[in-house]
Amino acid sequence: MDFNLTEERQMLQDTLRRYLREQYGTERRNQILESDTGFSPDIWAELAELGVLGALFTEDQGGFGGAGFDIAVVFEELGRAGVVEPVLDSALIGGRLLAAAGKADMVEQVIGGALHLAVAHGEPDSRYDLDHVNTTASDGKLTGRKAVVMNAEAADHLIVSAKDGDTIALYLVDKGAAGLDIQGYPLLAGGRAAEVTLDNTPGTALGLGLSDFEAVNRLAIVAQCAEALGAMDTATALTKDYLMTRKQFGRPIGTFQALAHRMSDLLTEMEQARSAVINAAGYVADRDADLHLSASKNLMGRIGRLVAEEAIQMHGGIAMTQEYELAHIAKRIIMADHRFGDTDYHLERFIALSAA
Amino acid sequence: MDLSYSPEELAFQEEIRTFLQNDLPKDIAEKVRLDRDLTKDDMERWHAILNARGWLAQNWPAAYGGAEWSAVQRHIYDTEAAAAHAPRIVPFGFSMLGPVLQKFGSKEQQDHWLPRMLDGTDWWCQGYSEPGAGSDLASLKTKAVRDGDHYIVNGQKTWTTLGQFANMIFCLVRTDPDAKQQEGISFLLIDMDTPGVEVRPIILLDGCHEVNEVWFTDVKVPVENLVGEENKGWTYAKYLLTHERTGLGGVGSSEAGLKAVKRIAKAANHNGKPLLENPHFAARVAQVEIDLRAMATTNLRIISKAAAGEAPGLEASMLKVKGSILRQEINDLARRAVGPHAMPFASEAIEGANDRIPDPFDAGPVAGQYFNNRKLSIFGGSNEIQRGIIAKVTMSGGA
Repeated sequence: MDFNLTEERQMLQDTLRRYLREQYGTERRNQILESDTGFSPDIWAELAELGVLGALFTEDQGGFGGAGFDIAVVFEELGRAGVVEPVLDSALIGGRLLAAAGKADMVEQVIGGALHLAVAHGEPDSRYDLDHVNTTASDGKLTGRKAVVMNAEAADHLIVSAKDGDTIALYLVDKGAAGLDIQGYPLLAGGRAAEVTLDNTPGTALGLGLSDFEAVNRLAIVAQCAEALGAMDTATALTKDYLMTRKQFGRPIGTFQALAHRMSDLLTEMEQARSAVINAAGYVADRDADLHLSASKNLMGRIGRLVAEEAIQMHGGIAMTQEYELAHIAKRIIMADHRFGDTDYHLERFIALSAA
Repeated sequence: MDLSYSPEELAFQEEIRTFLQNDLPKDIAEKVRLDRDLTKDDMERWHAILNARGWLAQNWPAAYGGAEWSAVQRHIYDTEAAAAHAPRIVPFGFSMLGPVLQKFGSKEQQDHWLPRMLDGTDWWCQGYSEPGAGSDLASLKTKAVRDGDHYIVNGQKTWTTLGQFANMIFCLVRTDPDAKQQEGISFLLIDMDTPGVEVRPIILLDGCHEVNEVWFTDVKVPVENLVGEENKGWTYAKYLLTHERTGLGGVGSSEAGLKAVKRIAKAANHNGKPLLENPHFAARVAQVEIDLRAMATTNLRIISKAAAGEAPGLEASMLKVKGSILRQEINDLARRAVGPHAMPFASEAIEGANDRIPDPFDAGPVAGQYFNNRKLSIFGGSNEIQRGIIAKVTMSGGA
């Protein structure tokens, strides 16, 4: 039993934390949030250079990490700083799918920061179900609609799921392919997504099916939980500082027991959240991975809501303003519950898997 | 005990329903339903329609041009208006300043300001909170110094709701810096076109502009704009806060919100079935509905007491706490119900942006509203302050 990070992971964490602290403050991020692209190409290139993207891939795939704890370390730091660049969708999900398909050249470009991807899987009424695909594939031509596709506008290629007969398969679609329509919009918690329509759009089969997608989706859940943990850590730290400095009735408001006890509860729940992320990262390749991941995602959803809401409430009005750091962080935390299955989805899945 | 409305009250309810059906502009109702920002013109249009019917100042005595509705009548209106997606009447003039002027203002002030509220000449906003005086309002620092026929006002107010539309602001200002906190405060009416008044927008976390900072630099205010006596402003402010405490639970809004949640959850697919048939989600909706049914009756009990002439004190605080928690829970259910579609950012700030936002459940920006309504447990005395009041009244015999 050892709960310490390996030396390599510790270095990665230190480097990334320092870099983001220096380069990704509230002001810089607000500029990025308001930009047309919704992310910064400079930051992207620097993340690649720091090895952050490479840490998401195994050595076999051309990276130098790729395990649950590598992913957790990276995303916790990204979450801590409220990073909106599409590392999760473009590099992790997109890149790992290409790696599974044996596209070594493209993976190398992803790790180098040169290639952007989008994964078009969810559909307007699929909610969080992975096997709900109505987009069809016939003779390598795709037709259907994909909803809330992250990073679609910036992507060089889209990885699209479609049903060929009864089988779900993944296809590579080039940006600018015939019959591909991308309607983009900003997201509440930063970044951009799009509604994607395919009308007899040519795609190349990647030789991957639903089970390959599910395997990468497990990594995405680890990443999303870790990102939320980092953001929750920031929210908790901001709140603790505010309680110790904001004075009303002649004393710091944190000296009022009603608030002090709630802050204590938050800190206790944060320890639970950290354990949940460790469980997710540690068991992601386990036989019972889905049970562990559902437990973690459910708990992160519950604690995330508590932390976001209590942090805002204990701050008061200031936390309601867009220019204060917590506003963005709280949105990141809550929106993490709207991806890869929410609190309720994973509660049900946990019940079903426990009974099995 | 009789839980039903009297025949007169039922007739009144019918009258309100018919009015809302015929006279509430459809374009405005649609904006309210989808939680879109209302323009100043939208709100003024609705005020004018109500005023033409004599229903704008619902709580004022008829002598001042009010509807003189009972607490029960006002409750009926609030419920029907929320169900019909009518905009809320902007409260600063009608619910807040109006009653203060009627009780403490001079005849001249009443004759001058009250008709201008009704006909829309003036749009009032409230200058209470300051950056250093939120929950601890009595520590406010904006000061007014008497200089001949004027006060010279310096300082800063914040969280001024719809201040960007207002031409008048009623302010709490410190006129005696040496007196005990609550005793050196006065109640002043300030024309916002006076040199030295500056309104700066505050953008909230959902991208909306509904509150502002208001700065005062050597602003000259004529002494006739002092309400009541100098240094008695705290008394008037407290009267204002305790006078209009019914409707605080937001029962009507909650009922409308819950209806929307059910509609969304019926349309949303979950494992091939409507989300509303999912036992887990259905249980959460039912819990809120059960709470809400009890709160509707709690609300009516308090209204009945008010109708009998008893001033609601700690019950108002209880309603505010419970009501805000329920409304926030409903917002939470709504954002969950739309699932991944909660993520797009619908904003009035981006021209034409909403046309590109997919809204498969016709639900409006439910995630934005979830964040925006965190304010319900913060403004108007946070839930922590309300709980403090409840504890103080019940366990030490006085507020």
